[in-house]
Parts: sequence; C-alpha cells; structure tokens
Amino acid sequence: MATGFFTDTTLCIGCKACEVACKQWNELPSDGFEFSGDSYDNTVELSGTTWRHVAFVEQMTATPQGPENRWLMSSDVCKHCENAGCLEACPTGAIIRNEFGSVFIQPDICNGCGYCVVSCPFGVVDLIDKLGSTPRYNITTLHEDRLEANQTAMQHTGGVAGKCTLCYDRQTIGLVPACAKACPTESIQFGEVEELRERAAHRVQTLHERGVTSAQLYGADDIGGGIGTLNAFFLLTDRPSAYNLPERPVLPSTRQPDGYAAAAVVAISLAVAGWAIFRSGS
Amino acid sequence: MGRGGATVWVPDIANADCILIQGSNFAEAHPVAFRFVMKAKERGAKIIHVDPRFTRTSAVADIYAAIRSGSDIVFLGGIVSWLIEHKRYFHDYVKSYTNATYIVREDFADTEDLDGLFSGWNAETGTYDTTTWNFERDVQGRIATDETFEHPRCVLNVLRRHFARYTPEMVERACGIPVATFLEIAESLASNSGRERTTAFAYAVGWTQHSVGVQFIRTACLVQLLLGNIGRPGGGILALRGHADIQGATDIATLYDLLPGYLPMPSALRNEQSLSEYLASTTKKTGWWANNPKYVVSMLKAFYGKAATVENDFCYAYLPQLIGDHSTLPTTFAMKDGNVSGYFVIGQNPGASGQNTELICSAMERLEWFVNIDSYENETSSFWNREGADPSKIATECFFLPAATILEKEGTMTQTSRMLQWHDKALEPAGNSKTDLWYFYALGNRLKALYAGSTDEKDRPILDMTWDYESDDPHERSLGEPSAHKVLREINGYIVATGEHLDSFAHLKDDGSTACGAWIYTGVFPDEHTNRARSRTADETSSPNWGWAWPANRRTLYNRASADPDGRPWSERKKYVWWDESALEWTGLDVPDFPKTKAPSTPAIDGATGMDAHSGADPFIMLAQGKAQLFVPGDALKDAPIPAHYEPLQSPVKNPLYGQQVNPSLREWHRDDNPYNEDTAAYPYVLTTYRLTEMSGIMTRYIPWLAELQPEAFCELDPELAVEKNIRSGEYVVVSTALGEMEARALVSGRLRPLRIDGKRIHQIGIPYNFGRFGLAQGDSPGELIAFSMDPNVSIHESKTLTCSIRAGRRKTFSTAMSDAEVPSDQRTKIGESVAHGTP
Repeated sequence: MATGFFTDTTLCIGCKACEVACKQWNELPSDGFEFSGDSYDNTVELSGTTWRHVAFVEQMTATPQGPENRWLMSSDVCKHCENAGCLEACPTGAIIRNEFGSVFIQPDICNGCGYCVVSCPFGVVDLIDKLGSTPRYNITTLHEDRLEANQTAMQHTGGVAGKCTLCYDRQTIGLVPACAKACPTESIQFGEVEELRERAAHRVQTLHERGVTSAQLYGADDIGGGIGTLNAFFLLTDRPSAYNLPERPVLPSTRQPDGYAAAAVVAISLAVAGWAIFRSGS
Repeated sequence: MGRGGATVWVPDIANADCILIQGSNFAEAHPVAFRFVMKAKERGAKIIHVDPRFTRTSAVADIYAAIRSGSDIVFLGGIVSWLIEHKRYFHDYVKSYTNATYIVREDFADTEDLDGLFSGWNAETGTYDTTTWNFERDVQGRIATDETFEHPRCVLNVLRRHFARYTPEMVERACGIPVATFLEIAESLASNSGRERTTAFAYAVGWTQHSVGVQFIRTACLVQLLLGNIGRPGGGILALRGHADIQGATDIATLYDLLPGYLPMPSALRNEQSLSEYLASTTKKTGWWANNPKYVVSMLKAFYGKAATVENDFCYAYLPQLIGDHSTLPTTFAMKDGNVSGYFVIGQNPGASGQNTELICSAMERLEWFVNIDSYENETSSFWNREGADPSKIATECFFLPAATILEKEGTMTQTSRMLQWHDKALEPAGNSKTDLWYFYALGNRLKALYAGSTDEKDRPILDMTWDYESDDPHERSLGEPSAHKVLREINGYIVATGEHLDSFAHLKDDGSTACGAWIYTGVFPDEHTNRARSRTADETSSPNWGWAWPANRRTLYNRASADPDGRPWSERKKYVWWDESALEWTGLDVPDFPKTKAPSTPAIDGATGMDAHSGADPFIMLAQGKAQLFVPGDALKDAPIPAHYEPLQSPVKNPLYGQQVNPSLREWHRDDNPYNEDTAAYPYVLTTYRLTEMSGIMTRYIPWLAELQPEAFCELDPELAVEKNIRSGEYVVVSTALGEMEARALVSGRLRPLRIDGKRIHQIGIPYNFGRFGLAQGDSPGELIAFSMDPNVSIHESKTLTCSIRAGRRKTFSTAMSDAEVPSDQRTKIGESVAHGTP
C-alpha cells in the first residue's frame, strides 16, 4: 500500500516546523546562513540536505477597490513520482521503490554520479557535498562528545545524492514522517495515497463551495509528461508556477524515442553523406 | 476583568464564530496554538487580523486591516461607539452582568469636558486624584443604578458620550483603516455575538508594550463585554503569553509588586507596618477577595513554617516593603547612577532584548557583582566586552553559570491557558550545567549555613525560611538536586498538623493551620500520589484531565456568564455552565466558576461581606460588585477609568482626538543617556518591533537549523519608501533614533504599505527583536533604538511603537562617547523614581 503526503497549502502558516523537524530527524546539516531578501524564504530551494522547503509567494497588488493581498505559503518536498526520473536514470540501482511505494535512495550503493539530479522533472534531487568541501554546520558539532558520531554520519552521506525518504525509518516502526508530525495546522497530511486523494478531492469541493474557486490539486491525478501520479501531491490556489512548481513536468525517458529517432536520422544522414563523399572522391 | 490571566483556554478558540486578532501575530508567535484558530476557520469562523504589517497571520485571515501602530484605542473605541449607537450590544448581558446601569458621580468630568483629561488631574505630581472616578451612592452606601439606561450619567451613557467622537471617519483618519473595512469588521463582530454566537479576541505584547498598553486591553474588554462574550465558549479574551512559562512567572510572582497568587507586596508607601494593617489595606470587603487573609497567612506559613505564629504576625515583618517603583526600568537607572550593587539575570537577556541596551550594559558596569545563569553566552553575560566597552575599566565581578535546558530538568510550566503541565527530566544536564532549581536551592542552603548560629534579629528571615526540598531520589540527592515535587507540594498547600495535601483553596485558613505557597495553585497536587499537572487525557468537553488550570481547574473564567441570569444557557448552541434545577447546583462542561450551590435567584445581601454581597446572578466573583467593569471605579487604574486615545510618546502624528497629545500619566526620564526623538521631521517614520517564528533569542540563535531560516537581523519596509531612499531588498540599511542607530538587511515588501493619517502619508518600518551579536544568526537589536518610557499602571515599556529615520548603507562603528559620559548629577534618578509626562 503506497503512502504519501497531501500538502494542503491553504492551511500552511509558513512556520517551517516541517523543515526543522525533517533536519532534526534525518540529522541533516544546515545549508549555510545567507539572507536572501526574498520574503521569508532563506533556504531558497530543496537541496541534498534540505528535504522540505517552504516557498513564500507574496502577491500584493493594488486595485481600484483597495489592496488585494495574498501571501501564499507551500511546503515543497520530493513528489515520489509514479514514474520517477531519478529511479530510471540511476545506473547503480541505488534508487529503488520501497515497500511503501516511495522512491528511496540507498546511500551505501549510490556512487554520486549525479544522473538522478538532472533526471528529476521537479529539480528535487541534489548531491550532498563531501564532508569538508564546503563549511557545514550541524547541531551536533556544538557538542564535542557527539562530534565523532556526526562525522561518521557525514562520511556516510557525503558525496551521494540526497532527498526525502518519506521518513522510511520512521514508517518501518509505524511512526508518521517527521514533517507531518510537526505540522501544527495539518497542512501536511500523511497517509495511504488512495485515502489522501479522496480527502483532497473532498477538500477541493469544500473550498469551491466556500468560494475559493482557485483551489486545485497538483499531482493527485496523472500529471502528464509520462510521470503519472505523485505520491506527494498538493492543493494549490494559484498556477503551479506561482509556487515554483513546473506547469508541465516531463519524464526525461519519454523523450527517448524522439531522441533515438533523431539519432537514427542523423546516423543515416551521415552514412548517406559519407557514402556520397566516398563515391564522389573515388 | 479582575484576574491575571486569559479568560479562556486555547483549544476553546476553535468554538468561536469570529476571531479578532490584534496586537498579536498569532500564527508566527504561537504557531501551535494557532491550530485552533485554523480549526475555527475550518468550521466557518471569520478570522480578522488588525496589524501594522501583513504577516503570516494576515495571510490566513478573512479580513486584514492595516493599522497605524499605537492607534488601537481609536479603532476599538470606534467599535464601542458603533455598538452603542446602533444598539448592537447584547442588552440582557450588559444590563445584568456589567456595571452599565451604575450611575457615575456628578462631579466626574470626562475627556469630553477637559480636552483629553479626566477630573482630578494634578499637573504638579503628574497623577490623578481618582476620588471622582466613582459611583453615586445613597446614604446606606448603595450604588445608584438605572435599569432603563435613560439616566445621562449611567455608565452606558457615559461611555456613549465619551466615545461619540470615535466615529468610523475618525478611525480612518487616525488608524488608516478605511471606513468600509471598519464597518465590515464591526458588523462581523456584532453579527457573530449574542445568544447564539460568540466572538473571541486574541492579543499579545503588541497591545501591552505601549504607554497606554493597559488601556488597549481595557478597550478590548469593553467591546467583549458589550458583545456579551466573556465567560462563554468560543468567546473571551485570550492573552497570548510570549514564552512557555510567562504565565507561571507572574503567578509565582517575579513581578516586584506582587507576592505569589497575585497578593499585593507590602508597601511602606501605604500604612502596612503590621499584618492587620496590611490585611486591612489589601482586603476587599465584598466578593471573593474577602478571603485574602486566608491566602496571606497560609503563604506566610509556607514561607516561614514553625517560626510563623499568631503572636508574631506569622513573620509578616520579614517581608520586604516597597518604597517606590522597583520595576526594571527605574531599577536600571538606579544601577546606572551607582545605587545598585548586585544583579542576578536568569532566563532573560536584557542586553539584546531590553530597551536602550547601551544604558542597560553601561549600568551594569557600575555593579559590584553580576550573576548570569544561562545555557548560552549572550549579550548580557558579556556586556563587559561589547563593542565600545573597555574591559580594563570595568570593575564588576561577573559570574556566568551554565543552565540546564528544559529536557534536563523536571517541573511544571504554566502556559497561556493558565494551565500547569509537568515535564519529566529526559537527560542528565550537559557538563557542569545545573537546573535553575538547583541554583536557588544551593543558594538558600549556603545562605542558611553562612548565617547559622546568628542571634541578630535581622538574620531571622533567612534562618526561619522553610527550605526542606531535599530529593528522595538518591541519584538526584547526590547531585544536590532538590525535589521539584516538594516545591510543587508547598505551592499547592497542606495541612500544617498532618502534612496532608489540600485539594481546594476553600480549605485555606487564616489561623496558621494551613500552609500554601500560592493559593491559586491549590488543587494541582491534591494528594501525595496525584500530580494533576501530569495528566494527559483529552476529551470532547473542556478536557479537565489534561494538565491542570488555575483556579480550581477551571478552563473558562467567569463561566457563570455562559448562562442567563436565571441560570439557563443563553442558547443551546452555546451552552457551557448552567444551573441544574433538580440537583440544585451549577453544572456543565467546565468547573463552574461560582459557588456550587448558590442558586441564580439568591439575592445580594445589603451590607454583607464576601460572596454574600453578590447575588446569584453576579458572575464576576473576583470584583467587588460581582459585575464586570465597563467603568473602573477608584484607583485601580492610574490613567483613565474609561480608555482614551493618546498618541505614543514618540509619534509623527498630532493627536486627532484631543488637545492632550500623550498619556499624561506615562513615565519618562529626560537624561542624556535616554534621549527621545523630539524632532518629528528628523524621525518621520513609525517603527514597530516584533518577533519571528523561526527565532526567539539567544536560545535559538545558536541552532543551525533555525539560524539558516532567519540568518540575520533585517528590517521590513514598504516599496515606496525603498524607492524614495534608494534601498534594495537584501542590502544593508541603517535605522536611527535620537538614542542610536542599528543596521540590518532590508526586506522590501508590499506587505507593508504607507498609510494616509490625518492627511499625511505615514510609512511604517518593522524590525524583529530576535538578534544580537552572539550565535550563528546575528545582527543588531532594535533595543539600541528605544529609549526607556513606561505606562503608569504596570510599568511596561513602550517598545512597540516609536519614530525613526532610515537610510541605505552601514552604520558607523560604535562611539564610546555615551557609555563613558557621566550623567549630570541633576539628572540622576533615585530608586523608584520617574517623572510623569510634562513634569520633568
């Protein structure tokens, strides 16, 4: 039975508890301390060590009737696609689909080639730097007695690809993923995907009845581009691109037939051209 | 309302039909409690947010109104006026449960008569004589009333006249809230109140930290009482506490003028030399506070044990007496002027989160000794090597003691709902860290050892102090750790002869047979095996078995008001506590906040004392007349019996309401080390301060996962001002006042908008109060910009609104000129001294 997330952005208050709970549970380091100047978003994007990221979208417009203010917040995460680009691209078999239907990177098999990074239609997967290549700060480095354990953890994960595991370790012992557990407003809901989809459809209907006609789901149904459905899907109240989500994501492998065909055309053309040159030369 | 806490408990806000959030950034500062606001919203409640900035709270609100910081009384007063003029108040509730029918003395003069002052103003002392702020009484001393609301001096009509100039147009002019938005909010509040519906209010330090802070909250009380929302489910006023145990800190008396359980601190300024004089001075004849002597004597028995006897006034004379205002700000001046020799700072970081932080730090240079107990090195502990200081010239002996964190100790915290929740110790404290309890226990033990054998009378308070908190756990005892359970037991109270725990403050006596550290907490530990702060069972009613809330585990205060005068619920939809005709007692979904078997028809007895002076239909048991106070009689409030709008001390706007510009009773200090912005043209912008979800202070600045979310001090400003000043988002700006300057990253956002106030375009700038020079997330604190001034009622500083200037760039390096300068002797402050506005 596949499990996943239903992230209802209409309930998000942008507290970032999901980001912190994720990092704490998964013992991920911070990504550095840079002030972005862009709303309240200072982590900016998902990375190999930031597996939940809250987007802040300020839509402050003046109208003749007065200001129309919207500040959209949405907690982004790995989508755990039905057809996952990263999984297809992985040459070592490090990326698998586990018993919860999640797309999971096995860090001990990953060789850090990075094919998955460019194959993700959503820009989720990223490589984790090797320990020491860039300054990283981890909570545990503040306590000397735990420093050694921390270094071991970093060596274990450094140089490999990283992304949300859907808290595989927590799920195996019956716990809810850390982000969903920490969310104070139930914006992040965890459960069986089928049940979540029903809940989401009902929620959209409720919002429409309340006049929030812009409410729509992203990834609950086949999202197109060969990706299929998403195990982590979203309820949005604006176009996906407003939240920095692709409007038409495409699975790279769906372009392979075209690519092979183009290659074949080129090969044949070159062969014909070569033959012609050879003929004219002789 | 007569009690030092929120009238409701947090989960109850989910039952509201409308929620007005003002003076609070609920979603950001209290994200976990905010889940109940979201639940209310999901049930169809209307959420209204009134705030200078469009915040994460505004983002999920149905109505957002941008208000000029510091103008809240105009807005709320506008609602009061609108409710009265349009007769949208809850007539039956107002008539029966408030003092709306009382007739005010003929010689009382209102702000309408005196251009912003009330009668009794003494310009020389800068204080009011409040004699005229009272009711007309007959020869027997009974208050004259008018049930028809026709008498021109009945409180409702006094309010009507007082607030008549607080029109929707005035709200637009003074607050910047368009008339249409104001009317939409007023209509939402009125249509979501009454028998069938209730509206809840939530506020936090956005209302308190003003020179008229108490009056902001008073105006909210007026609105909620007129709407009939106090004591009812989904109603009330939720005072959101900023830290996990702030409610506990005031309950167990960290405030200088209170003893535990809100008993007044003895004062040499009143005639309180003996216990009987103190009790005569502090005990109210009518209402619940007539029990005061029982609570005082039981507290003294808890403090001094066997030594406290009837013959020696239960050691009353051991208690120190106030000789002035010893709150933080006056004490800091006294320190600066060399009148304070030692200073403990625990769980507080005034060097970054205080006001006029340079004054605070330079004052600490005059101390003989200074102790800081904290988990992290911070701006206060290291005041001696701050920018501009010369450690070689500072003689203060400094001690920095490492504090255990919350996971490393057991005990209770009392949260916003007046609820005590116990937490266990999960880890041993790291390194040499000790719990706060350990430090105080060890200090007490060492003092007792130092004075052992002394026959000097002045040493008796230390020698007689009960200090029997030794842990029964051998491991904890070996660490010198006392038993938090034994401390809670003393707070809860016990029978002196048997040691038996008390389960209710109704059992407390004034004869020395009971001991109780804080009467309001009696019942949390009803027997030696039951610590109710540990209980964690939620249910669909008021969850009486989740934690324990004072008083007597009541969740909603004054809940007798959820029933009509006859004891029946106002409506089926909003039933909560009611009179059970067959059982002849009060019952319902909460612990009734009323004598259990006092029937609704019980008449008040003329001339009686205590609760007999109240009828069975008087829900406000803590107040002398049993009725909520729309008009506050006597000297309970020092600046106004009815709220009036005054401008903040530092405001770019002339008071549009009255000739009186600022609260005449506010306290200020005119000294070279505490300058105010006198020149409005030089400081034309409104500055407001706040905190962020991601950061609190020194506790969070060292945590990488939080520091990456808000890595640096910043300053929010509107795009129009940014263009005018050539400021780009992400670049540095310098914000300045007459006191000093700070730098921060600019965050230019349309969430802030200039307002049109009285024909002028006013820009508002916001700076979070989270940063300092220690930690991974660093930056200047707005405390460097805010001069000390305070409200006259509770000595709260005005740090939520002032004026400032802003420019692009970096600040100059620190000048030592000010901290080195001696304050001229004529400017020095005596202990407890301040001046009222206009009387330097």
